[in-house]
Amino acid sequence: MNHNITMPRSQEQVLATNKVLKNTYMLLSATLLFSALMAVVSIYLQMPPMVYMGAVIGSMLLGMFVLPRFANSTSGIGVIFLITGLLGFGLGAILTQYLAMPKGPEIIGTAFAGTGIIFLSLSAYVLTSKRDFSFMGGFLFAGMITVVIAMVANIFLAMPALSLALSAAIILLMSGLILFDTSRIINGGETNYIMATYSLYLSIFNIFISLLQILGIMGDD
Amino acid sequence: MELFLKIGLAAVLLMLVWRLYPAAKEQMKNGPKGSSDDWKGLILPAVLLIGFVFLLIMMVRG
Repeated sequence: MNHNITMPRSQEQVLATNKVLKNTYMLLSATLLFSALMAVVSIYLQMPPMVYMGAVIGSMLLGMFVLPRFANSTSGIGVIFLITGLLGFGLGAILTQYLAMPKGPEIIGTAFAGTGIIFLSLSAYVLTSKRDFSFMGGFLFAGMITVVIAMVANIFLAMPALSLALSAAIILLMSGLILFDTSRIINGGETNYIMATYSLYLSIFNIFISLLQILGIMGDD
Repeated sequence: MELFLKIGLAAVLLMLVWRLYPAAKEQMKNGPKGSSDDWKGLILPAVLLIGFVFLLIMMVRG
C-alpha cells in the first residue's frame, strides 16, 4: 500500500515550510564556512591526527546531549556553531595528513567538488520532484546502526578493506539521508531549522570524509 | 593516549547506537512503507551516485 500521498496544504503551511527551508540553507552555508575556517586554522597549526578523534567525540556528545536541549532557542545556533567548528578543526588535522601526500591537494579538491556536486544534485532532485522519501526512514536507520557497529569493530581491527567498504556504505547512506531530510523539510515533517541543519551538515561532512578515504586508497596505482 | 581516544570513540559510537535504536525500531514498525515503484525510483539516483564516485576515482588516478 502506498502511504506517500501528498495532502493538500494550506498557504500558511507552505509559507512555514519555505521559511524552514530558507533558514536551514542559510545556517548550513554559515556553518560550512565556519567549519572551513576552523579547518584552515587547524592546518596552519599542524594539528596531529588524534585531534580528529577528540573533535568527533566532543561533537558527538554535544550533538546527542546538548543540541536537542537548545534546539528550540537561539542558543541552539551557538551550539551548532560549536559542533561544526569542532568538526572543522578536527577535519583540518586529517587534511594536514593528506596535504603531505604526493596527490594530496588533488584528492582534497576532488573530494570537495564531489561532495558539493552530490549534495546539490540530490537536493535539487528532491526540491524539483517534490517526492516524499519518508519511506526510506526504517532502511536508513537500520543501515546506520549496522555501519556504526562495523565502525566500532574497525576502530580496533583497522582493516583497510573494511574501511573502504564502510566509506562506500556511508556515502550511499548519507546520500539517502539528504533525500530523506530534504523531503521531510519540504513536506513539513521537520519544523526545526537548527536540527535540519545539523542533520544535513553531518551528511555532507560524512560524505566528504568518506570520499577523501576512498580517493586516498583507490587514487593510487 | 591514542588507545584512550579509540576507546572513547568506540564508547560514544555505541552510545549513538543506543540512541538510534528506538527511532529505528519505531520507523521500521510504524514508519511509512514505500511501494515497489518508490524503491525502483531510487535505483537510478543510486547508480548515478556510484558511477560518479567511480568517475572521481578515475580522475584522481589520471
